[in-house]
Amino acid sequence: MNKLELLRLEHLNKKYYNKTALDNVSLTLEKGRIYGLLGPNGSGKTTLMKVIAGLHKQTSGEAYLENEPLSYKTKGNISYMPTENFLYDSFKVSDAVKFYSDMYADFKQENAYALLKEINVDTEFRISKLSSGLIGKLKVALALSRDVELYMLDEPLNGVDVLSRDTIMDLITRSCNENKTMIISTHLVSEIEKILDSVIFLKDGKIELFGDSEELRTAHGMSVEGIYKEVFRNV
Amino acid sequence: MEFNNNIPIYIQVMEKIKQDIVTGKLKPGERMLSSRDFSARLGINFNTVARVYKEMEAEEILFTRRGLGTFITETSERIDRLRYEMARKQIDTFIKGMMQIGYTKEDMIRFIEMENNYKEGNE
Repeated sequence: MNKLELLRLEHLNKKYYNKTALDNVSLTLEKGRIYGLLGPNGSGKTTLMKVIAGLHKQTSGEAYLENEPLSYKTKGNISYMPTENFLYDSFKVSDAVKFYSDMYADFKQENAYALLKEINVDTEFRISKLSSGLIGKLKVALALSRDVELYMLDEPLNGVDVLSRDTIMDLITRSCNENKTMIISTHLVSEIEKILDSVIFLKDGKIELFGDSEELRTAHGMSVEGIYKEVFRNV
Repeated sequence: MEFNNNIPIYIQVMEKIKQDIVTGKLKPGERMLSSRDFSARLGINFNTVARVYKEMEAEEILFTRRGLGTFITETSERIDRLRYEMARKQIDTFIKGMMQIGYTKEDMIRFIEMENNYKEGNE
């Protein structure tokens, strides 16, 4: 095992009845990098994240976090942010922070409050009164305030205005360091590509392309978005 | 700083730093921001800036003092050479472009002299 290795997937398959959601996915992700999980809707991004997060069980194949098979033990070392708004409408922002604090022993409350202040989220507001941009920022700030090794954010930029997108990308880049790894799924490639170390293109549940963003730009003479468009044009 | 996503980001950051060095915006011996702070300022990935620093150290334009940070070279010969390298690149692009539209080297020299006289005459 390479000492930078964090997550290793070997021949993962996931079938729902007769539909194949993940098709023989093998990948090794390293510590301290930001990975973009890119693909159109329905390509299997969310399924892959849910399997890694332990919310779905793969049909076959193996997955290891720090060389430990994924289990309830490894699950605690992953902060997963689903794409939906999972916060109760009747919650105040401060209740959401408390909720996270009660749920996760590794949650850093001071850190969360500092981030919320920075991104101008009023902790006395109710979730139901927040704009989608604020909810987007709040969800990311909460997910990043856990102290774990792997963060998975499912579509953090979806339905969020341009300025909030910048804030979210800023939170992501600042939270990443040598010991923390991020997987970010999105189909908004052009907006996020400058913060991605590596990209994983997922097409019909298969890995179509996996590589270092800068090397891909050099090899193809175009942006990651340009390559993305070429790969997915006929989908 | 605005980035062109078609060109590797680290190359664009390197070009910018080099430009700032030859124009004197960054001074010899000056301390660079830590790669963490610099990446936050540019809104890019931390590893990208780490790579920029590593490449520029290999080119002897930057150097690292353990525990103190990354600094701009104090060797003025290196900075002169950097300016020369950048000028060479500009000239190469210029010559290629002019040849593509049918100018010979002699034409180009005449062109530059003409342009010069014209400007001086106008001043």
